Amino acid sequence: MNWAGTGILWGLAGGLPLGIGLDKALAAEATAPQPFTFLQISDSHVGFDKPANPNALATLQEAIDRIKALPVKPAFMIHTGDISHLSKASEFDDADKLIAETGLRVFYVPGEHDLLDEGQGKAYLDRYGKGSKGTGWYSFDQEGVHFVGLVNVAGLAAGGLGKLGPDQLAWLKNDLGAVSASTPVVVFAHIPLWSIYPEWGWGTDDGAEALSNLKRFGSVTILNGHIHQVMQKVEGNVTFHTARSTAFPQPAPGKAPAPGPMKVPAGDLRKYLGVATVDFVRGSQPLAIVDRPLAG
Amino acid sequence: MCAWIRQSSSVPVARRAGRRFSAPRQLLVAGLLALPLWLIAASSASAAGAAATIQIENFTFTPAELSVEPGTTVTWVNHDDIPHLVAATDKGFRSPPLDTDDHFSFTFTKPGKFDYFCALHPRMTGTVVVTKPK
Ligand SMILES: [Cu+2]
Repeated sequence: MNWAGTGILWGLAGGLPLGIGLDKALAAEATAPQPFTFLQISDSHVGFDKPANPNALATLQEAIDRIKALPVKPAFMIHTGDISHLSKASEFDDADKLIAETGLRVFYVPGEHDLLDEGQGKAYLDRYGKGSKGTGWYSFDQEGVHFVGLVNVAGLAAGGLGKLGPDQLAWLKNDLGAVSASTPVVVFAHIPLWSIYPEWGWGTDDGAEALSNLKRFGSVTILNGHIHQVMQKVEGNVTFHTARSTAFPQPAPGKAPAPGPMKVPAGDLRKYLGVATVDFVRGSQPLAIVDRPLAG
Repeated sequence: MCAWIRQSSSVPVARRAGRRFSAPRQLLVAGLLALPLWLIAASSASAAGAAATIQIENFTFTPAELSVEPGTTVTWVNHDDIPHLVAATDKGFRSPPLDTDDHFSFTFTKPGKFDYFCALHPRMTGTVVVTKPK
């Protein structure tokens, strides 16, 4: 091996060749390649102005400023829904304008607050749904990882939880059927696909059927929003993770009469809001998810 | 504020009139003068002249089951800091999103059992039972 003095070790990280300084390569236990990073943002609720946070646009701005200041620019960003509070064009406009400041490509899925226009989701699809199927679901491949964006907030049925529906489930089965089991898969949707607290609607009725299609994969990461707090669970090869909101916190399951906006002391609000960055290293550990609150 | 008024606004008007009774004398007189006019307006608004209110608080419809006579105007008022959206299970009526303090009214003309839910939080459910008086 002609290592000494060559300086650079090329490795494959997430399908991209990356150079690692020799010192670093030698110091590392294995030839650990550099990860690629993407970012998750959720529940901006632009337009929300109630006591829990009178200015949701200002805290989104703070989140965007933090993203712009990240030392390593993420490859792209996903938004796991509730971009707006009431699906108003002005709310979507305000959100888009701020999010564009990051200069990142953004992949969206809707939250239930994004489908409140008269067309019950037409406004969302017109704006964010290009190239998507049905009510806005799609998949794409980035850096050797298969990403799937699902919609579980459309046409909700009385008495139920989040819902994907038979059309989307059939599409998902077909989509994943073409992906090799060794490909890492990242699935993102607004409402948690795992049952967190059904009493508050924090789960998806047909989520288990979606997950059954993911069992054969070696690495699966499920990213959700909706509950405005960080929760994580690992089940076999599947890691579940929910993100903070950039707008307002919600109580822990069962810790309040209802899951509405939670008022916290004014100085503490930013500890409850934030974004998540996801580091991906091919062929090693599960994705490393780092939640960053707006304030320590 | 009352951004969404459908069919009838009798309940919120009654509330506003009620508040006026604690006002100074001139306003009290105005309130008393206005009251009979309001009663006439309300009774001509629907055959039965009846109105009922369903409160939305802590992600719950109260009362969860409401019995009324045909011609009754039912008004839902949202007291939560989060929007709700009242939708009939049979799609017979659907409110716009109701933000804090918004309300929505629907006049039930036919007898029957009408299930509804919140299209944003579908575990929130309620029923309006419309029965003819005997
Ligand atoms: Cu609701």
